[in-house]
Amino acid sequence: MKEVYLDNNATTRVADEARDAMLPYLTELYGNPSSMHLFGGQIHRKIEEARAEAASLINAEPEEIIFTSCGTESDNTAVMSALETGRKRHIITTRVEHPAVLNFCKAMSRRGFDITTLPVDKLGRIDLLNLERSITENTAVVSIMYANNESGVIFPIEKICEIVKSKGVIMHTDAVQAVGKIPVDVKKLPVDMMSISGHKIHSPKGIGALYVRKGIRFSPYIIGGHQERGRRSGTENVASIIAFGKACGLAKDNLGIENTKVTNLRDRLEKGLLSACPDARVNGDTENRLPNTSNISFEYVEGEAILLRLNEYNICASSGSACTSGSLEPSHVLRAMGVPFTAIHGSIRFSLSRYTTDEEIGLVLQKMPEIIRDLRALSPFGRES
Amino acid sequence: MWEYTEKVKKLFLQPKNTGEIENPDAVGEIGSLICGDALKLTLKIDRKTDRIIDAKFQTFGCASAIASSSALTELIKGKTVDEALKVTNKDIAEYLGGLPREKMHCSVMGQEALEAAVADYRGEARPEADEGEMVCKCFGVTDQKIRRAIKENGLRTVEDITNFTKAGGGCGECIPRIADILLEVSGVKAASPKKAMTNIKKIAMIQEVIEKEIRPRLQADGGDIELIDVQGNRVIIALRGMCTECKMSGITIGDINKTLKELISDELVVEAQ
Repeated sequence: MKEVYLDNNATTRVADEARDAMLPYLTELYGNPSSMHLFGGQIHRKIEEARAEAASLINAEPEEIIFTSCGTESDNTAVMSALETGRKRHIITTRVEHPAVLNFCKAMSRRGFDITTLPVDKLGRIDLLNLERSITENTAVVSIMYANNESGVIFPIEKICEIVKSKGVIMHTDAVQAVGKIPVDVKKLPVDMMSISGHKIHSPKGIGALYVRKGIRFSPYIIGGHQERGRRSGTENVASIIAFGKACGLAKDNLGIENTKVTNLRDRLEKGLLSACPDARVNGDTENRLPNTSNISFEYVEGEAILLRLNEYNICASSGSACTSGSLEPSHVLRAMGVPFTAIHGSIRFSLSRYTTDEEIGLVLQKMPEIIRDLRALSPFGRES
Repeated sequence: MWEYTEKVKKLFLQPKNTGEIENPDAVGEIGSLICGDALKLTLKIDRKTDRIIDAKFQTFGCASAIASSSALTELIKGKTVDEALKVTNKDIAEYLGGLPREKMHCSVMGQEALEAAVADYRGEARPEADEGEMVCKCFGVTDQKIRRAIKENGLRTVEDITNFTKAGGGCGECIPRIADILLEVSGVKAASPKKAMTNIKKIAMIQEVIEKEIRPRLQADGGDIELIDVQGNRVIIALRGMCTECKMSGITIGDINKTLKELISDELVVEAQ
């Protein structure tokens, strides 16, 4: 039974084209791009082609792209660079950031930096006035995500950047979930640094990129040799960089599909589930949302139980329930949005990709209401309208 | 994904004894929607022999909660009430071929639901229901429950107490107290009783203490307080109303500082805007 994979905000399948592009670099083309001989030198040129493709996806210049190991490294590097290149000691972020930013900021807090974590409203939106008021003369960096991984809510990043830049503060955005799903153009967006992750856009895991606007002072996080112009040392993950470049090209070509076919499938899934399952609600601002994401709470049932029942049909999704987290605490994003505990426990995130098919959505629409009914019948709180 | 045994998976997917007995002789309810798991156990008992003729359950919770509930009903059916009471959470976990350590509280929930049902059957108050000191406010866990879990399961760490009872799994405020109880009961000193507090938790706790402890006191004198910001351990506040021009405001701020230190963390420092 083939999997119905609706957990693309966690990771994506590697595109065939990206896999094919990387294979020679795992076999015969194994040279070190830093070597002086031609065997290695030719690989260096391929890396630069990949860089140009990655830059093109966000309308940046190739020299503004630093290859990293992942989105987390990009996030950590960006915030640390902003702190290292100045003397200011205040960071502003939000309560719904990915742990790559949130936990890094907490670590910085333990080192004596001041952190402001902005709240969100019940739809997962931040208050721009509150952001503006929070910026002080001591603010070194504002790090606010482009789109949220759990709710799919897209922040008004242009307005956020305008506010932050008007105060002369460095602006970083974790755009891991946004890039490749919606148009992102750094020529129009006054952002200083932007994190991108490969495995969210159908390239392998272990490759990411950090966009650093030309002219922005930068301090490397990983220090060593001259790779990436000394901005990120370490021998390049060549095969993954090649695959990433290819995946960026594919993502750019498929942006239209993300915003039509994927959106339509997501909407069909969401409407179908809401009409078939009573006491279900969508979490987050549905007006400003990634085209592929739907976060739905099914009251009176628990998320892990739903996921394991879906697993019987090889349907993959994720949940903000505490029982899936390894701790006893449910999703920090849904909590920050004030979603009641009763709804968080039964929250399921469906995240689609351009590989999602109509048949797959049909299967979920067929099985999910039955699963919810069964679990509610088993629950002391369950009820059917 | 958790590593569940085949027995857990089977009893989750095909649970036995589900539903509710009509006109039951005993009902035991444990947990809540807010806590994330709840179990309602209904029993049919032969009052002449005290034997459990039938047991059914309804569970809101994860796979291990559902499987634990099903296991409980299988373990107690046919037993007398006294025999059933000897079934422990360890028996439930063993019946399932084991549970992930983090999910042991599901087996404890089964044991407690049975005890609640038996108390209902006997017309007694539910053991431990409201007795003792409320240690974990997030999950409503008393010191008695913690003490019992330590003794019955030989727990040696705060983390395991959380795994078995959920206590300390929310805001973490009660972790130092749990460490004290662990020391009292088993003589084990927890390595690091204080859990690092996140800023979000810290702010939430400060707001709660202001709301419940500080504001009512100030309002009684015509004053008020506003939390302006929390920067690291600096709590920036503004006094309002009658407190604004009060010559004793220094003492008031000192008192606020003392309250926040006592109830949240010694490291907090209150500053007036």
